[in-house]
Amino acid sequence: MRYSFLSLLKNGLTGQSGWKPAWRDAAPKPAYDVIIVGGGGHGLATAFYLASEHGIRNIAVIEKGHIGSGNAGRNTTIIRSNYLLPGNEPFYEWSMKLWEGLEQALNYNAMVSQRGILNLYHSDAQRDAYARRGNAMRLAGADSELLDRDGVRAMYPFLDFDNARFPIQGGLAQRRGGTARHDAVVWGYARAADQLGVDIVQNCEVTGFLTEGDAIVGVETSRGAIRAKKVGLAVAGSSSRVAKQAGLKLPLESHVLQAFVSEGLKPLVDGVITFGAGHFYISQSDKGGLVFGGDIDGYNSYAQRGNLPVVEDVAESGMALMPRIGRLRLLRMWGGIMDMSMDGSPIIDRTPRPGLYLNSGWCYGGFKATPASGWCFAHLLATDADHATATAFKLDRFRTGHLIDEKGVGAQPNLH
Amino acid sequence: MRIPCPYCGARDASEFAYLGDATLTRPDPAAPDAADAFHAYVYLRDNPAGAHSEWWYHAGGCRRWVKVARDTTTHAIAGAELAEGAR
Repeated sequence: MRYSFLSLLKNGLTGQSGWKPAWRDAAPKPAYDVIIVGGGGHGLATAFYLASEHGIRNIAVIEKGHIGSGNAGRNTTIIRSNYLLPGNEPFYEWSMKLWEGLEQALNYNAMVSQRGILNLYHSDAQRDAYARRGNAMRLAGADSELLDRDGVRAMYPFLDFDNARFPIQGGLAQRRGGTARHDAVVWGYARAADQLGVDIVQNCEVTGFLTEGDAIVGVETSRGAIRAKKVGLAVAGSSSRVAKQAGLKLPLESHVLQAFVSEGLKPLVDGVITFGAGHFYISQSDKGGLVFGGDIDGYNSYAQRGNLPVVEDVAESGMALMPRIGRLRLLRMWGGIMDMSMDGSPIIDRTPRPGLYLNSGWCYGGFKATPASGWCFAHLLATDADHATATAFKLDRFRTGHLIDEKGVGAQPNLH
Repeated sequence: MRIPCPYCGARDASEFAYLGDATLTRPDPAAPDAADAFHAYVYLRDNPAGAHSEWWYHAGGCRRWVKVARDTTTHAIAGAELAEGAR
């Protein structure tokens, strides 16, 4: 059923009795053209674009739990395209453009809200770096605006402009950035893919791969073997574990990233603000809770929960940025498992095993990339060619030296 | 998370800096396969879910490197030894 004002009206008048489940709970068939492993945002987006853009309908998305139960439901919902390097920025800007048309494409309210993102700078050197970044964004067709102190003050007068250690000098604004409702993105892609015939198979864990010689020709799962012409992995923090079953060792470490929601408040922060002197980003959900986060914990982890030193660090950064949140109480905090790559940038590529494709290495920036990640991975799976915006995300770039290291910290995943 | 530094005793993890996988051995740069070996050494990781051997540096304490056996699924620490004794 297509969601519309008319369907809302009709069901309102008939006791809400006409609504159907948004997607089928499919049982796995013996064989598919393409299997996507991982029912998060990226996997479901890949399936949707394979079906809608490339006409491949015989697809299964296989998820070991329920869809959206991993990082897609464990992030701070920020969307933006404010990267610096030429390998990254056109891709994230393509993602931003897809976000802008997402709800129409999916016929689903993902609550995409272009409320703007503002990165603060606190020194002359940081201003220069942000000016350069802003120019790089414009070269790739994105929007950016370098604000001085008064420009920032006009937007957020309550920030601690005269902080003794890190006074705010200004900020780099991307007004098209913002937030989206993370769960609704998952549900929207799932529903739209399902309507195009994609089987979404939940509670189905991949336990191995079917092989013919070197080639991967399907997966062994907890619900039996399923054959496929092509298998795509989009399993984020579990990438190393799943790829190991195909004999691959990846340039990844899994790390835990924590995020936090405060008790509900009246409207306070109407955009996304990031602190430039530490790692802290904050926005306000439509329910009123402040949603914020900071650094990853910094050690290998699959635990989906973090430790207190990072909580303290995040709280300190928040207090340095906006002291008025000091008496707020936290409502919830959680951890997600990030697939931290060795240069901080993602991988969308073939693997050395024919028939097996990899979408991974999203570090803690995967949510904003969801539409373009799905688009480009679908392009690769359907055509065996890189999408124009994702040519740099090679698995072998670590061997060839073509790294995409935005932060310039080298092969140290806990520092990206 | 508290790390049992063999020199200082159990200390909060915030006193330590993390390096990562302690099972890696620097390859011989003169070996014929040095390019491949260094690619694996610098970039490729087992990244196990479960028992993990890893380097922590006790920056806020004795300033020694500590090799810690930790479970990445529970954060439970099974043991720790000083780097100079570990080899």
